[in-house]
Amino acid sequence: MLAALFFVPVLAGLAAFVIRSHPVRRSVLLAAAVAHTALTVRVWLRPPASPVFDGLLHLDELGMLFLGITSLLFLAAAIYGVGYLRRENPEPRQDFEEGLLFVNAPEGIFTGCLLLFLAMMTLVCLSGHFGLTWVGVEATTLASAPLIYFHRHTRSLEATWKYLLICSVGIALALLGIFIACIAATDANGATIPLLTAELVRRASSLNQVWLKIGFVFLLVGYGTKMGLAPLHTWLPDAHSESPSVVSALLSGALLNCAFLSILRMHQVLVAAGCGAFGQDLLVLLGLISMGVAAIFIIGQQDFKRLLAYSSVEHVGILALGVGLGGVGVYGSMLHAVNHSMTKAMLFLVAGNILAAYGTKSCMQVRGVLSVLPISAVLWLAGFLAVTGSPPFGMFLSELTILKAALDQGHILAAVLYLVFLGMIFVGMASVFLGMAQGESSLPEDTRTPRETVLSILSPAVLGLIVLVLGLWIPAPVQNLLQQAAKALGGF
Amino acid sequence: MQAWTDLILIAIVLTNLALSGLGSLGTCIHVMALQGVLLGLVTVGVQQGAVSLHGLVLVTGTVVIKGFVFPKLLRRAIREANIRQEVEPFVGFSSSLLIGTLSLPLAMWLSSRLPPIDPGVPSLLVPVSLHAIFVGLLLIVSRRKAVTQVLGYLALENGIFVFGVGLARQATLLVEMGILLDVFVAVFVMGIAIFHISREFDHIDTDQLSLLKE
Repeated sequence: MLAALFFVPVLAGLAAFVIRSHPVRRSVLLAAAVAHTALTVRVWLRPPASPVFDGLLHLDELGMLFLGITSLLFLAAAIYGVGYLRRENPEPRQDFEEGLLFVNAPEGIFTGCLLLFLAMMTLVCLSGHFGLTWVGVEATTLASAPLIYFHRHTRSLEATWKYLLICSVGIALALLGIFIACIAATDANGATIPLLTAELVRRASSLNQVWLKIGFVFLLVGYGTKMGLAPLHTWLPDAHSESPSVVSALLSGALLNCAFLSILRMHQVLVAAGCGAFGQDLLVLLGLISMGVAAIFIIGQQDFKRLLAYSSVEHVGILALGVGLGGVGVYGSMLHAVNHSMTKAMLFLVAGNILAAYGTKSCMQVRGVLSVLPISAVLWLAGFLAVTGSPPFGMFLSELTILKAALDQGHILAAVLYLVFLGMIFVGMASVFLGMAQGESSLPEDTRTPRETVLSILSPAVLGLIVLVLGLWIPAPVQNLLQQAAKALGGF
Repeated sequence: MQAWTDLILIAIVLTNLALSGLGSLGTCIHVMALQGVLLGLVTVGVQQGAVSLHGLVLVTGTVVIKGFVFPKLLRRAIREANIRQEVEPFVGFSSSLLIGTLSLPLAMWLSSRLPPIDPGVPSLLVPVSLHAIFVGLLLIVSRRKAVTQVLGYLALENGIFVFGVGLARQATLLVEMGILLDVFVAVFVMGIAIFHISREFDHIDTDQLSLLKE
């Protein structure tokens, strides 16, 4: 069952490379996404009894939570993606920023890489072995690089190169961290513990703490690059703003989480070995730096997709902060991961609709979305409220929980900084979002044809609804999963 | 066996020094190929005579991919992208050679500060791998061309590889092959990206990739 979760998208992806008919390929994309979600629901309801392949694939609560997020987001992205691919013009056309002509990458490559990207994220969620997790994370970089370069113009190429190089170097350092963890798992007689998460946690008391801490630092820097924690985030705003919106949604909503999960795996071992406090301090520090950097760049941001990208830097900071604070903060962080993924994916998808209608990413040139794209505008405003943590949306709850954790643990300085940064970001985002939605339309009268289709509205609307519901009521199975995941990380 | 392993490790240091000082792209790629073969030999050396199927597959894979496939890929990228043969550093050759040389004592000092490891591991292994990592990072930040940045990435990766084969013995074959495959695909994808960069920009100077900034 676990192997099927990985191989379904792999096979579908390979098929997408060779299928020539557009409708057939798009159906394969949809079918694979539906099958993946169905399999995910199945393993959630009836968890597989034992790990497979000598523990290489091992689904625990933490993995299940992130697998669920990934699968749901991919389904939403696939539905939106079919509509997106239909409306993309395959002919050479003018780039709206520099006026040069550009074409799209072949759709077969795009769809194939999208599915392989899903397969690799699934591998990261399912992996029970640190080496295999590394293989998966690096493979997500390679599978997603061609996606960023879908629109073949100079800016997306620059973003792709930065993404490839910075993330590959970062992830290489994570590999060094894993090798160092191997030393920590070797005792004086040369006997070794296999690098399986479950084994390491079980026999954590016999690990060498000094080596384990050194390994964690490298791993945090490595995967932290991929997760977008400041000051290692430099690739993120470029890649997220230059890729097609459907890809940005997946990068922000699913990929950052996978990198986060890879850090959490090591943190789990650290907690079990009794030096969790060391990792927590580092996470709090990086979390606060990320929020601060994001707040600075969000204020006065002119490009609405970059704005969303910096908001992702902010939210990965909150995720790290929550786990770093410990206690109830870990639960808050898990809940925040779910909320952030749904909200950010929804916003990127709506941003794609706005971009398609207005042909610009500049917030100053987009006015009157309410009159041009009424449904998208409502979703855009709802997304704004959700992403800044306003009630009644889910993020209000998770951000409040993390604040409570900070106060509980006596981190008064962290709590104050957290509130200041959240306030700055709220103001910065409010001016952009409200300005774009309201006012007289900046588009000429004759181009105001109906542009909203069911496919372009359905996914973001459903994601928005989920965030709204999560703010009011968390279903018992989800609540249970979140609590189990938090418990595995030493929180509650 | 120990003496041989030490000799190979010293040879790896020399290849890294050469990388930090050489001015011709073609020669750099030759040196990189040589380093790949040396890596395979280190793998044999640290296994201390015990031949296993696992070890054999790993050695063959390393030598073939790092010694032959990567140089071929890089040379093809250079040919197709029509790149001139100079390295074009931001930092001059003599100063980067100096930095490369000075990072060797730094690596020695750092590894002497680390907690003790298994005495069966060659004492030069950790300093050599740290040195390779430093040189890799140096090449990435101090060179203008995208191809040289890939060479830097490979030097970094090789340094980590040396560390891994010497100290991390519990990795399974599947995972090791996965790592090798990932690095292979990474270089392959970077090669394609270089080709596109040269076509879009008429050069592969990464300092000109500066449209995206605040």
